[in-house]
Amino acid sequence: MSGGLPRIGVITFPGSLDDRDALRAVRFMGGEPVSLWHGDRDLRGVDAVILPGGFSYGDYLRTGTIARFAAVMEEVRSFAAGGGPVVGICNGFQILCEAGLLPGALIRNRQLRFVCRWIDVRVETTLSPLTGGLVPGDVLRVPVKHGEGQFVAREDELRRIEGEGLVVLRYCAPDGAVDDAHNVNGSTGSIAGVRNEGGNVVGLMPHPEHAVDPDVGATGGQAMFVALLEAALERVSAA
Amino acid sequence: MTEPLHRQLGLTDDELAWIVDTLGRDPNPTELAMYAAMWSEHCSYKSSKAHLRTLPTEGPAVLVGPGEDAGAVDVGDGIAVVFKMESHSHPSAVEPYQGAATGVGGIVRDIISMGARPIALLDPLRFGPLDDERNRWLFEGVVAGIGGYGNCIGVPTAGGEVHFADVHSANPTVNVMCVGVAPADRLVTSARAVHQGSLLLLFGAATGRDGIGGVSVLASRTLEESSEESRPSVQIGDPFAGKLLIEASLELVERDLLEGLQDLGGAGLTCAVSESATRARLGAQLDLDAVPLREPGLEPFEILTSESQERMLAIVAPVRLEDVRDVCGKWGLASAVVGRLVDDGGTLDVRANGQRVAAIPARSLTDDAPVYTRAMSPPAGHDDLGEDDPTFASVPTSPTDALLRILSSPNVASKRWVWEQYDSIVQGGTVLGPGGDAALIRVEGTMKALALSTDGKGRFGALDPYLGAAHAVAEAARNVACTGATPLAITNCLNFGNPERPEVMWQFTESIRGMADACRAFETPVTGGNVSFYNESGGSAIWPTTVVGMLGLIEDHRLAMRHPLGDGTVVYLLGETFPELGGSEFADAVLGVVSGRPPALDVERERRLHGLLIEGARLDLLGSAHDCGDGGLAVALAESAIAGRTGFAVSLPGDLPPHVAMFAESASRAVVSVAPERASELEDLAVAMHVPISRIGETGGPRLVFDGLAEVTLEEAAAVYEEAIPKLFAG
Repeated sequence: MSGGLPRIGVITFPGSLDDRDALRAVRFMGGEPVSLWHGDRDLRGVDAVILPGGFSYGDYLRTGTIARFAAVMEEVRSFAAGGGPVVGICNGFQILCEAGLLPGALIRNRQLRFVCRWIDVRVETTLSPLTGGLVPGDVLRVPVKHGEGQFVAREDELRRIEGEGLVVLRYCAPDGAVDDAHNVNGSTGSIAGVRNEGGNVVGLMPHPEHAVDPDVGATGGQAMFVALLEAALERVSAA
Repeated sequence: MTEPLHRQLGLTDDELAWIVDTLGRDPNPTELAMYAAMWSEHCSYKSSKAHLRTLPTEGPAVLVGPGEDAGAVDVGDGIAVVFKMESHSHPSAVEPYQGAATGVGGIVRDIISMGARPIALLDPLRFGPLDDERNRWLFEGVVAGIGGYGNCIGVPTAGGEVHFADVHSANPTVNVMCVGVAPADRLVTSARAVHQGSLLLLFGAATGRDGIGGVSVLASRTLEESSEESRPSVQIGDPFAGKLLIEASLELVERDLLEGLQDLGGAGLTCAVSESATRARLGAQLDLDAVPLREPGLEPFEILTSESQERMLAIVAPVRLEDVRDVCGKWGLASAVVGRLVDDGGTLDVRANGQRVAAIPARSLTDDAPVYTRAMSPPAGHDDLGEDDPTFASVPTSPTDALLRILSSPNVASKRWVWEQYDSIVQGGTVLGPGGDAALIRVEGTMKALALSTDGKGRFGALDPYLGAAHAVAEAARNVACTGATPLAITNCLNFGNPERPEVMWQFTESIRGMADACRAFETPVTGGNVSFYNESGGSAIWPTTVVGMLGLIEDHRLAMRHPLGDGTVVYLLGETFPELGGSEFADAVLGVVSGRPPALDVERERRLHGLLIEGARLDLLGSAHDCGDGGLAVALAESAIAGRTGFAVSLPGDLPPHVAMFAESASRAVVSVAPERASELEDLAVAMHVPISRIGETGGPRLVFDGLAEVTLEEAAAVYEEAIPKLFAG
């Protein structure tokens, strides 16, 4: 650890695209970015891990399904089991679902087309590494860009997700209303992000790393990165 | 009776004689296939080369002009911007998804072969009208293909344009531009020292049978000769491999491990090796047995001309070989030494199964390929253009109805349906994405941003190819200036019919002349480009379509201007409106004609406008700026209002008839807005810079009011503008 900054690791898989953007966002928000490689069984002592967006392994076969076998994923599993904060963004979310670290699955968008759009999400719980410090009902403006972001789950699993408060974010109108018109990909319950039972692993389809720098758009991702750096710092002080 | 082989491959009898003369013997079939591919119109530019030499290519900022894989411009701070545009129309007409996808892959490889990281893509597209089901299939497929490849390699698709016209029903035009950045001192150009004995390392995908004869079969003939049965000539893209190729190539360049780098595109290995040898002034030995194949049993000519995608050729000093192969391995890419450069008098010596299968002077495939000055003559009736000028036609509808009809014309209507399918924000540098006058991409580590715009003026070009091309340059420069950026240089794609027809050749040379004159006037040299001929079927060609890709630079992106109007501002028209409806969107969408003379272009007037826009941005004076293009002043105002979600009330200057005042497409105009307290400052600046300026009204309220002419609610205008294209794909 250098200078007490929280160290946030970003894993590059073959086909990761937003890895540099996540590293840049960590630096922009005051953390220490650490580049991690899919083939290494080593998280280099980071305090939190981001699985970034992209098309790992081309997303051939099924999104995220090959990446979960990457060597680094064993380390991610044990890091998560020990309570370490893990964030999956877009393709990273898909990988975490495939790896069984998060419930549910992501299928092709309802409209069967890729969509890149600035949208709003409503915070549903503060029990996640991205929403600590926020208030349920807060609305954040962030972009989405994906072809396979429609969140689905089996009926019993969905009941558990909703019942145990595992929904972290929902697509919504700018005023926070959740309705079909603002459900950008047709996700069940307008779910944009979920967490695990432990509250330390979170996945989301929107891209908070693209929403921290006011020069290139809205800044709904700043609050999420503040929360992530806090969560990472807690691990530093606990250690 | 079957045609002799050389004719089957697309070579003329004269060209065969030339080959025999060069070799001093008859060529074997493998050699003929190599010549056929390299001397195809697509690879050799044999019909266009002589005319392209007349373009202005030099300027103080130009680092690399035409002739390399892409042009390069110095933007200061030791940074080079590399950019190029290409056509993938022919494969897209046959297989729209893969045709468009591999177009993206190909242009990206051109950029990385210069050692630059691709940071933006733009896609100028032309289709037939969308009420036709097949046109919708082509349009949907091309857009999906662009997204499918571009989104998967992490390069933002930040702009482009889409137009529709009957002439594109059989022949869609699919162009793609890529922009990259590199440290200026690390560009990989032919100026690099390349040594005899250096190895030719092929890396990336294995070589298969896809795309055999892509350039000669598809892109160098008219479509009725190809079509369905040429589908196997369309290459198949693998964007995941494309992404790995980007990262591996850039790591090789960053670590300074290479003497040269070439992409494999049209004419595949033959082109890459012969160009590498020619540039190095050496010969090459090529061993086809060493080429990794996707399937066994490929004939030598297939390996030599396959256009399998996602392959690169590196020139590597033997001492660096291990390091280079390690980098390829790190990215999971296969690599193989397939030959070496030799000082043997410049012969390309090809072996397979231990036998020599071809021995050709490398230069005869490249620099010494045939160059033709083809016959040209203006089409009949060209001089009568002014006779049915729509400016003076009787108008069947009210100006309000005309405005709504133009706003819902697919040419003008919002292209959100298209660009929302493209990732426009990856890499985190998109200051301004699709939908504005120009895309703005931040240059990492600086306050600079690149302003990028692609423009083509199809109808103007149809009526007067010289003016069409000149207006394309002017509009691209104006779009860039509307963000506050200074136009620096252009790339281009010249899309035309069959050059063997004199009227097509006349259109081509007129377009070159128009582009050259405009580029000289705006001091925006041509750093490269692409010519796409044979865009015709049934003897009917597309309009002469000169598409310009403009690169501009703004030193501080925080000063960049956008087009949405703010509430409570004063609205000005910069420039003047003349009775010019020839070739306009109004004539097309409302009167149903493409006729008359296109608007005049006074390049000095145009330049002064750019100067004012750039100065206005530098002084942080303007609240918004938007170019007047298709649909004229009324559409520019409506688009600015819809984007800014505010109404306006304006009174149009002059005493022109309503439809002329609203919809004339006179050049050198822009709509700007300014805070009331700075209005006089703007007026003074315009006068000082000799730009005509008219205060036309104020923003605010829920309606778009053209005083005494037309009135529509913002809500209705926005609805027809946004819904026109999605509606065609609903249900």
